[in-house]
Formats: sequence, C-alpha cells, structure tokens
Amino acid sequence: MRVKASTAAAEPDLALDPKDTVRILEGFIRSEVERTGRHRVVLGLSGGIDSALAAYLAVRALGRSGVVAVLLPHRDSSPASVRDAETVVGALGIVAERFDISAMVDGFLAHAGEVDRLRLGNVMSRSRMLVLYDRSAEHHALVLGTSNKTELLLGYGTLHGDLASALNPLGDLYKTQVRELSKALGVPKAILSKAPSADLWPKQTDERDLGFSYRDADRILALLVDARMSAPAIARRGYPRAVVHKIQELVIRSQYKRRMPVIAKVSTRSVGWDFRYPRDWRS
Amino acid sequence: MQTVRVALAQIAPKLGKLKANLEIHEELARQARREKARVVIFPELSLTGYLLRDQVPDVAMTRDHPSFRRLLRASKEIDIVAGFVEEAPGHKFHNAAAYLSKGRVLHIHRKIYLPTYGMFDEGRDFAPGDVVRSFKTPGARAGVLICEDAWHPTCAWLLVQDGAEVLLVLSSGPTRGARPKRGITSLGVWHELLRATAQFQTSFVLYVNRVGFEDGLNFGGGSLAIDPFGRPIATLPALETGLAVAELDAEILRRARTAYPLLRDENIELVYRETTRLRQQRFDL
Repeated sequence: MRVKASTAAAEPDLALDPKDTVRILEGFIRSEVERTGRHRVVLGLSGGIDSALAAYLAVRALGRSGVVAVLLPHRDSSPASVRDAETVVGALGIVAERFDISAMVDGFLAHAGEVDRLRLGNVMSRSRMLVLYDRSAEHHALVLGTSNKTELLLGYGTLHGDLASALNPLGDLYKTQVRELSKALGVPKAILSKAPSADLWPKQTDERDLGFSYRDADRILALLVDARMSAPAIARRGYPRAVVHKIQELVIRSQYKRRMPVIAKVSTRSVGWDFRYPRDWRS
Repeated sequence: MQTVRVALAQIAPKLGKLKANLEIHEELARQARREKARVVIFPELSLTGYLLRDQVPDVAMTRDHPSFRRLLRASKEIDIVAGFVEEAPGHKFHNAAAYLSKGRVLHIHRKIYLPTYGMFDEGRDFAPGDVVRSFKTPGARAGVLICEDAWHPTCAWLLVQDGAEVLLVLSSGPTRGARPKRGITSLGVWHELLRATAQFQTSFVLYVNRVGFEDGLNFGGGSLAIDPFGRPIATLPALETGLAVAELDAEILRRARTAYPLLRDENIELVYRETTRLRQQRFDL
C-alpha cells in the first residue's frame, strides 16, 4: 500500500507563556542595568512594535522614571510613525525627547555626495545610534536594544546602527512572539496591526524587502535554528524550497553581524580566543 | 536515619564576588537556624556564581582559603552544604560542593559530568571528578550530586547502593523560556527527573537550584524536596529567592523501602557482570 505523505507544513510551536516570559525579561533588564550601578535605559522609539514592546518591558522592570524614550524622526519619516511613538509615550507616562536626525544626515550627505537608498538607510540608522549613545551618557543610562530574533538571524539590521545596544530583551523572541507579548502587555492596537517597516524610505515594508512573510520566516527559522532541522527536511514538510534556501543563506551570510570583529591572534592570550570572561565579570 | 529538618536556600549568587556571597550564606544560615533546620543547602557554585570562565582560578580555594574557613566557622551553628571552586592538588579546578558540620569538612563532591554542549562550556574550565561516595551526616547517610550528575542515573544509583538515604542535588540550571501550560520549561523537566530519581532510588531528594541572571542566562529556581515515594514535601517558586524548610521523616523512608524493596532486590552482581562484559567489548580487553 502506498501512503501519500502529508504536504501540510508542520507548524513549529512558537507559543509562549506571556506571564513567565515577561517575568524573565523584566528580571533580565533590572538585573543587567542595576549591576552596572545604573538605574535607567534610553531607547529609540520608532512607532513600531519592537521598540514599543521594549519600552513596556523596561517600564515594568525599572519604573517610569527608569526609561527615557527618544523619538528620532527624519523629515521623510512617516507622520504615522511619530504619532504611534507618541501614543506609547503617553500610555506609559515616560519622559520622551525628540531629536530630528535630518540635519545630521544632510550634513553627512553634503560631504559624501550621492548615496543609494540602502546606504542612506544605514546612515540614518547610524545617526540614530549616535544620538542614543550620547543621550545614554547624559542620562547615566544604558542603551536598550530592540532587535528581535528574526531580524538578528536574517541580518535584517544595520551593524553599529539599530543592532547596537548594551542589552537586548527581544533578541531571543521571533517577530511572531514579539506580537504575542505586545498584545499581552497592552501595546496600542494601531501599533499591533500595522505592517512592520524600518521606515527608511516611503512605503517601505520589511516583508517587501525580504521577499517573504514574517509568518513563514519565523516558522522556517524555528525549524532551522531551534529544532536543528536541515533545509531539505524543512522543505519536505511543505515549506517552499526557494524560501527555505533563501532564509538559510541569509542566516549564514549575516553571521558577521552577530559577532565582534575577528581578531588576528599573535600573542599568548587574545581577546575572544583565550581571554574569555562573561560580560557581567565580577558584577 | 533520624528524622531531620532541612532548609533549601534558593539564592542568586553574585558572579565572582566571594565576600558578598559569603554574607548571603551566613544570613541564610541564620534564617535556617531560626527555622530549627539542622542543615542548610545552597545551589551549585553558590559561593562564586556560575558563568565564571577565566575567573575560575581567581575564585578557586583550598580548604585553608580564608573564605572556606569563614564558611567552616559558620557551620558550627548549623550544617552547611555549599558549592564552590575547589583547587585540588595539581592545580586542578573542580566544580565542587562541600558538606560542612560543626566546623569540619564531612565530604567534598567533585562534579563528575561537566556539560560541554549547547550553552555549556564547563569542560573547558573545570576538571571532572571521578568519585561517587555517600557519607555519614549527623542525621542520615547522604550523597551529593551537582546538576548534570543527576542526568546520569548511574550516579544516584551508586550513591544509594553505597548507603545514601538522602540525595542532595545542587544546581545552577538556566531556563529556556516559558511555554503555555508548562510555564518555565526546564523546571517541569527537572521536577519529573527528580521525582523519578526519588522513586527509583527510594530516597529523599533535595533539589536546590539558583535564581538570578548572568549575561543573558536566567536561572529558574523551583527548588524542591521530595520524599522516597516521589511526593513533594517542600517547594520554592520559580525565579525568586527564598528559603524552604522540610522535615525528612525517617519513618517514611522505612515505609517506602518496605513497600518498594527496590534497594533490597537490586542485583549488583548482575550489573557488575554486565558492565564488565561491556568494558571488555568496548576497550577490546
């Protein structure tokens, strides 16, 4: 007897227990901030779901006085983004600063000449990083990261730009899980329902940039990374072969974004090789 | 054994800070004594924190190290079981645990199985132990296991064959997040494993797991005392520090070993014969 194999894509389990996950992430933020002798974080609030969730978690961990939100619009940013960021600020009752990066970017462009869209996006992302790190010095605070696991694995972020932070509570949450937790914590509806976008140019969306949906990406990544399944085995479960292949390639090609720069070993004890301490060394 | 009152101290050690951790131990020992416990048990590497890496030689101690002597002094008031980095002869650093009583060292266990996979890298930093022995405490015969040791059922089996009535399992177990219904995932798995260990070995199992954060790792807690029937007799919550007291009733051990004479019926000769054969085959002897 011949048995026809099921072609329905097997669903990896991405469900979280919101209550205990939030407890872990809250404790993580509090512990990692306080052990540095600081009591505050600064974060860039874009109007998107990731930075909104990071702000909600940070307020739970450190209280309202422990969070400084910085709105970093560019003149081409969508007005809706700024509005949504302001909604988060109002809902949480946190201190917010506004720093328009247009002049910084213009100043750079005046010397750099013509740059394409992608380079311009990177310049904008790194301008925001520059402001955040300066604000963190002013407030004696740490920069809170907002990159999620999907972005980190796909390399969908700017090195030394939005990928830069002192601590990141979202780095082990897929986009799908960011949505689930955001819903559980009461992040405003307008933010939950809009299409994810880096808002680096008009009408940009993540899913158009990437060429696949977060729903597919998260499921494929969960099988590839968490379940340690091979790409052909995932394709056999009914996921489009081309998408599986593309995602695996993106993960491999973006490894450099997830590591410190490589160091040439020419001594007996070298940073990264045989000089290995936890980041929380004696704290 | 006699009926003994024990205290499980679920703490969050500070990474690489001996003095701060000693103070935590002394404070919890005082609390446990107020609760009339005869022994207080701390988690794996309770004096040093877990994610040490290259700090291992900096916090390692022999028995005459001032910090070790200070803990010994505290054990004059109440028996103390604590995790530390032992510097053994030959400058071998062990992930170890000591049972201290009345100012004396009754036993030191060196972790046998050093997890070196996934998020763990203990085989890089520590020397493995190679002795599994039970020992006499004022109240009962006991045996110590450290975290991964408990995942190798042979360790608990050997201790109980060697007379242990109480198994002390010290742990620094990181969690892997929380799922619907199951909560903190690693805790459920641990609790099942420990309950089975208590039942298979018809022994009391005292599990003490730490809490707190080191780099991105978070430790789950959920410390638990289980009787030889596999029933929980004291529990601590996930993710929070705390102290729990349990009474280990000698009569329960007797009843469990009467109802389930697994220890009596264990065929050690068979195990010896079969492991000898396996050893001969494996090493072509």
